[in-house]
Amino acid sequence: MSADRVKIAIRDLNVGFGDVEALKGVSLDVRLNEVLSIIGPANSGKSSLLMAINRMIDRFPEASLSGSVKIDGVEVSGFRNVEDLRRRVGMVYAMPIPLPMSIRENILFGPGFMKRVKRSEGDSIVESTLKAAYLWDEVKDRLGSSAMALSGGQQQRLCIARTLATNPEIIMFDEPCSGLDPISTAKVEDAIKELKNDRTIIFVTNNTKQAARVGDRTAFLLMGELVEVDDTAKIFTNPSDNRTEEYVSGKFG
Amino acid sequence: MRIAPSITQKIAKFMLFAACASAIAALLFVIGFVLVGGLQNVTWAFLTEPILDMGRGGGILPAIVGTILMVFVAIGIAAPLGVASAIYLAEYTLEGKATQTIRFGINCLAGVPSIIFGLFGFILFVVIMGFGWSILSGGLSLAAMILPTVIRTAEEALRSVPQNYRDVAASLGATRWQVVTRAVLPYALPGILTGVILGIGRSIEETAVVIFTAGSAVQMPTSLFDSARTMAVHFYILAREGVSNENAYATASILILTILIINITAYTMMHRLMRGRRAA
Repeated sequence: MSADRVKIAIRDLNVGFGDVEALKGVSLDVRLNEVLSIIGPANSGKSSLLMAINRMIDRFPEASLSGSVKIDGVEVSGFRNVEDLRRRVGMVYAMPIPLPMSIRENILFGPGFMKRVKRSEGDSIVESTLKAAYLWDEVKDRLGSSAMALSGGQQQRLCIARTLATNPEIIMFDEPCSGLDPISTAKVEDAIKELKNDRTIIFVTNNTKQAARVGDRTAFLLMGELVEVDDTAKIFTNPSDNRTEEYVSGKFG
Repeated sequence: MRIAPSITQKIAKFMLFAACASAIAALLFVIGFVLVGGLQNVTWAFLTEPILDMGRGGGILPAIVGTILMVFVAIGIAAPLGVASAIYLAEYTLEGKATQTIRFGINCLAGVPSIIFGLFGFILFVVIMGFGWSILSGGLSLAAMILPTVIRTAEEALRSVPQNYRDVAASLGATRWQVVTRAVLPYALPGILTGVILGIGRSIEETAVVIFTAGSAVQMPTSLFDSARTMAVHFYILAREGVSNENAYATASILILTILIINITAYTMMHRLMRGRRAA
């Protein structure tokens, strides 16, 4: 079944920052067009894992990395231009980071790195990505106004649209709802569920309920180790590992 | 015995206000003193006529032209060089021994008296490179003098741009250069411009460097290789040699007004730029 095809294969991944070990021997497969939730308490290595996949970790001089991360069988460290990798692996950050420019300019920011975007082409990118991010109806009449004037929830959906604009095959969300109210959170979750039709999604959250709502499968990271990865239903009802049980039932974390 | 917090608050407020007020008062006094003494002698002819009789008569047009040309040369060289250095320091290198050494050097240079830059410019540009006493030598020496200020302010400005903006741009597939030009520079521009304006101000008011490297010719310069005097030098010579007090203060008035106009236009432009960007 194509749904089980492996999109990202991570093997024996170790990541360190100076003397601090952030990830210890993590092996994990992310399947094509699934939503993989990653849960775990703070400092469990969730963000390090994401940064190893899109190689944002290259930007940290003190970081060291060993092991293998392959996308469609190709080692990410083998990409000659890391920019090509990052266009394929989009990233949405915890806090909305709109750039101080118009809504339209925010969305066309990424495509603009590749080429000069024609007006008509830009219009269609703006419309399709905003619709996918469930923001179109709210902003379609003020695409030229500043993104800074949007509410927090709208800003985060704008950031999702901006990430979509480079048409990535994989999108990684790093606790995208941590600063949002419940209604905005629901809208972001709706957008994510819609996106998995043709994209592979990694969804990091420290909100276990949210992981249960959104993820097809869920991985539990603790102190840099992958404790368990399984179908979301199984993780939340009948996990194999005691530590997972304790975490999802709220005994710690 | 402790003084009641409400009293210390009042004292502090008054002291801070007094400090601020005295700074402004000193500024207003200097500007007022010069303008009152000088503006009455400023006429259209004074602005448009050549310098006659070593400054006793005529106008100051050659000095105005000399000032403008020299500042253009200085900024034309110091601004791109300084901003490029700042970008290199802030965006392209890792913090380490090398950058610390460079930064220490820049800070030392910023504290070097201008007369040293004058001597340096005289030896390097006037004598060794053979540009002679000229606008070019003067501009180059002024550029060397203001370079540390431009680098320091530009680096500060670049560092004050949120790291987030760089991360977003990089995660969307920007090269390092694109990160700098599209996610950092536009937002650092006001700060960078502040440094450039400071540099312009320092170049306009400088005398020591200019006398050493551009000479003090009174003729209208016709090329960058001509010797010329700036308004500041003209004022210095008129006042020190007691040539003409009236013309000295008239020159000083024009000098102050020029600096005021440059500052006001630069800040208005900057304000427009930022407002346009925020509203865009």
